[in-house]
Amino acid sequence: MGKVNKGAGAIADVIVAGAGPAGTNAALAAAASGLDVVLLDEQDAAGGQVWRKPLDGLNGLPETAELKAGNALRERLIASNVRFLPGRRIWSVSGQYRVDVIGADNPEFFEAPHLIAATGAHERVVPFEGWTLPGVIGLAGATTLIKSGGIVPGNRIVVAGSGPLLTAVAAGILKLGGTVAAVVDIAPLGAWLKALPALASVPSLLAQGAVWTLAIGRARVPVYRGHAVVRALGNGRLEQVVIGPVDAAGAPVAGSDAFTIDADCLCVGNGLVAGSDITRCLRAGHTYDRLRGGVVPVLDDAGRTSRAGLYACGDGYGIRGAAMAESAGVLAGLAAACDAGAISAEEMQRRAAPHRATFAARRRFSDAMAGMMALRPEQVRAIAPETVVCRCEDITRGAIDAAIAAGAKDLNQLKHFTRCGMGPCQARMCGDVVAELLAIGTGDRAALGALTMRPPLRPVPLEALLGDFSYSDIPIPEPAPL
Amino acid sequence: MRRRCEDDRESITIMVDGRPLVARAGDSVAVALGLNDILKMRSSPAAGAPRGAFCFMGVCQECAIYIDGALRQACLTRVAEGMVVELRGVP
Ligand SMILES: Cc1cc2nc3c(=O)[nH]c(=O)nc-3n(C[C@H](O)[C@H](O)[C@H](O)COP(=O)(O)OP(=O)(O)OC[C@H]3O[C@@H](n4cnc5c(N)ncnc54)[C@H](O)[C@@H]3O)c2cc1C
Repeated sequence: MGKVNKGAGAIADVIVAGAGPAGTNAALAAAASGLDVVLLDEQDAAGGQVWRKPLDGLNGLPETAELKAGNALRERLIASNVRFLPGRRIWSVSGQYRVDVIGADNPEFFEAPHLIAATGAHERVVPFEGWTLPGVIGLAGATTLIKSGGIVPGNRIVVAGSGPLLTAVAAGILKLGGTVAAVVDIAPLGAWLKALPALASVPSLLAQGAVWTLAIGRARVPVYRGHAVVRALGNGRLEQVVIGPVDAAGAPVAGSDAFTIDADCLCVGNGLVAGSDITRCLRAGHTYDRLRGGVVPVLDDAGRTSRAGLYACGDGYGIRGAAMAESAGVLAGLAAACDAGAISAEEMQRRAAPHRATFAARRRFSDAMAGMMALRPEQVRAIAPETVVCRCEDITRGAIDAAIAAGAKDLNQLKHFTRCGMGPCQARMCGDVVAELLAIGTGDRAALGALTMRPPLRPVPLEALLGDFSYSDIPIPEPAPL
Repeated sequence: MRRRCEDDRESITIMVDGRPLVARAGDSVAVALGLNDILKMRSSPAAGAPRGAFCFMGVCQECAIYIDGALRQACLTRVAEGMVVELRGVP
């Protein structure tokens, strides 16, 4: 037997992982300082989640502010000397620093003394009965269909969950001519009113939200605030959504009436998780921050992690939203340029100043939004025993509770007791909900941290790596501490 | 699922469980199936429950199905003329 096909390699000054608002701005800032920058993304175009590019060949998509912002970013990238390499999925990060990717063809790897992690957040869905039925999709996932494909995900759609994506998705569906059967927001009206002064601190974004809300009102879509999905029903696919009132903490109100809405699609999400994939993989210092979406790296004011040469920015490393992701990206790019000796500390401070100002000015808005999206422990506590929590392995709340009762005290133990987190999603879908369940007993969510993270960051089709293969070439992860 | 904008792209044919299905070049397999009202992609290995595409961003792995003989995520894989998609499980 031969070797794992490691593919071709390339060297740069800086590698930026992820071409969303954060990573693209980081790459542009570092390249403008004279560094050789490689920017990697698994998508075909820059823009990330929020500024996703519509597929080529589709016409007549709504001219949104997000589309314009994305086009502007993509133009700046083309005009720069950043080596943008799209269609590359990062599956491993190691050393100081090596990034392994698979693309359409062969595996490749890149090496640089500076690595900027900007891989973005993913969706959180707090489990309920029936959430695994086909026709139930993620709320953030729905934005992908709407933006890149001009697609409405169903004929009668219920939009449910928490945070600003509710209005964005409902308005997006309406704009495409689709039918929204109901918007179900776990937050009571009072929570939004309380957030209003903070939201008004960025008038353009508040106005955007207001336009969406008006569109929903004009279409006479029923909006149920202080409500959540109780269960999804259907024979092999979604047919009905049962919703009911919740209290201010997000727990179902006992004895209150639930009611049923006919729907063939449910878009549901409860905020975003900062997966911190790359910084966790490289064992930088982390802390638990509920507001910021989970276990996030400890960063200085320019995005430096505790590891020399490793930087992080954007929602994947702390939920702050697109506007702050851009500034954080510039700051991380400048920090890398400064540490690489391309610019002086004075010049870095001078160029960073306006972005620090933007970052500070947006903070209040972003904290308020992050607060609406943060995990509500009471909602997790209310998950029924028979509800599947881990989708990969069909593990129920009851089975998780049984493992906890049998002595599982931390996340890695729980994983070995139940297989929760061993499935192909590697706990990305259920990890922070499971940690919250475990914390009911221990009382200290922060101390639980996150599961030990190791490559592959994303599952890799084996045949992509197995050109010729020898066992000594398999990267062996360090054993999980039990 | 419905597409609600103009689509200038060419139509191609993919084979799903041995039957031809029309798709648009450039779409993902998950979208192509969804636009043909095929939502169930596989059964969960433990409980045998029906599952379909869920996160549409490559994270949840619910849409990992056999495409041209290899397990691939339908939401991240583009359709191609003559592509063979198996929803019946391991071919
Ligand atoms: C599915 C989804 C939809 C969203 N929709 C909206 C919206 O409509 N409006 C809004 O205001 N906010 C939305 N958000 C919130 C979003 O987090 C921020 O608005 C903003 O996009 C954050 O910018 P970022 O650069 O930090 O990350 P992102 O924009 O998420 O960019 C990260 C980039 O990294 C790439 N990437 C990730 N992992 C890998 C890997 N292993 N290999 C290679 N590339 C990788 C991704 O393809 C992506 O392009 C959404 C979030 C998600 C998860």
